[in-house]
Amino acid sequence: MEIAFYLSGLVAVLATLGVITNTNPVHALLYLIVSLIAVALVFCALGAPFAGALEVIVYAGAIMVLFVFVVMMLNLSDTVEAQERAWLKPRIWLGPSVLSGVLLLTLIAILWLGDGGRVIEGETLTAKAVGSILFGPWLLVVELAAMLLLAALVTASHVGRLSSPAGSAGRREPDARKEAS
Amino acid sequence: MNGLSPQVAAALMAMLQAVVILLGAVLLGAVMTVVERRLLGLWQDRHGPNRVGPFGSLQLIADMLKIVFKEDWIPPFADRTLFVLAPAIAMASLLLSFIIIPITPGWGVADFNIGLLFFLAMAGINVYAVLFGGWSSGNKYALLGAMRASAQTLSYEVFMGLSLMGVVAIAGSFNMREIVNAQQGLWFVIPQFFGFCTFLIAGIAVTHRHPFDQPEAEQELADGYHIEYSGMKFGMFFIGEYVGMVLVSVLIVTLFFGGWHGPWLPPIVWFALKTSFFLLLFVLLRAALPRPRYDRVMSFGWKVCLPLTLINLLVTGAVILVVDPL
Repeated sequence: MEIAFYLSGLVAVLATLGVITNTNPVHALLYLIVSLIAVALVFCALGAPFAGALEVIVYAGAIMVLFVFVVMMLNLSDTVEAQERAWLKPRIWLGPSVLSGVLLLTLIAILWLGDGGRVIEGETLTAKAVGSILFGPWLLVVELAAMLLLAALVTASHVGRLSSPAGSAGRREPDARKEAS
Repeated sequence: MNGLSPQVAAALMAMLQAVVILLGAVLLGAVMTVVERRLLGLWQDRHGPNRVGPFGSLQLIADMLKIVFKEDWIPPFADRTLFVLAPAIAMASLLLSFIIIPITPGWGVADFNIGLLFFLAMAGINVYAVLFGGWSSGNKYALLGAMRASAQTLSYEVFMGLSLMGVVAIAGSFNMREIVNAQQGLWFVIPQFFGFCTFLIAGIAVTHRHPFDQPEAEQELADGYHIEYSGMKFGMFFIGEYVGMVLVSVLIVTLFFGGWHGPWLPPIVWFALKTSFFLLLFVLLRAALPRPRYDRVMSFGWKVCLPLTLINLLVTGAVILVVDPL
């Protein structure tokens, strides 16, 4: 299984590079799908086939379909490819890549030295600790934030709706027209 | 045979089974194209293809010869990579799903613990065949068909997964073999009747069979997403649709109708009989039902089938908890 792990990990990395460097949006999405399937294989190799199957069903099978759907609807032309190509000039990607490279080197150094558990001060904050603090003493604030988000959601759907029911063109059901009138 | 160790012999046997099941699925799909036309002819009071060979039995060979010798044309305005890739995805994702089907106690390719999820994953991948095929053709009708197909498939896949979860909850496993064994006494179609109904509808919709074939509606879209395809590439889409039909039939048999279980007859015969019954049902549905309007198909999926599966799942969970508390 180790060979499967390394091979699919390599495929995932290469496919993700393909996503970034490809200029055609649909081809880039195809690379992203390959990358997700490769990650699913990594999960399987690590002994978590359930997570792998969910990865394919949820990400590759549902979310990416919506991405491809939207990109297809946008009808992107050659101008987009030209723009992408312009963005892929070394002048533009060199700075972020160097900084990301520094971060990668830091990560490798930490893993290499083997003191990943040590922090500058205090203890490592785990997800469990964060969760029990959020839903313990700060419960009220979390609930208020949830209400704020809900209000934002309602506002967004109100702002984004069609201007007026009568003005919207297109065929409708006879009973729908009755409701609107 | 003394040169073969037991492991090698077992591996060879497994490979042989896999190849036989693969070929069987493709052949059955191909044969169904002709069987469907004959049956439609019978039900619509006309002849159907009856010229090639005795009773039209060699029609399949004639069709294959014709499709192989057709010019394989790729439109100059098409996106070549995706145009070639799409039929391969269509065929491969459906054929791979046959891996999880246990045909008889001794026959079956793989015995995954996540069996059913593997099928759902492959059904998810299958959407791309239509999407890429429609988009890469560079044709308005193809794009419209692909959009319809993907929206329809996405909507119906949501409750296709949910409709199967009742079966999984009763059997207590995603493993297909264990699901079949759990139906020793009672086929799941009885406790999971609504699950069966919704899965049947979803299965028809996901394979774009009539009456859910709006993505390729001939009268409106001139064949939808595979309008630009010719030769064997079209053949792969075409046979793929029938392979999908076979796949949904065997899944219904395995999940709801006890798989190979049945009195008197050997397991393989029961499996074949049940599968052919559902294949005929698919053809009968095409012969009998008109094609609904596209927006009605979508609202039917979201407003009727999805709530129905959720209620079914809720009731199933409650009954399991009442009958067999953990």
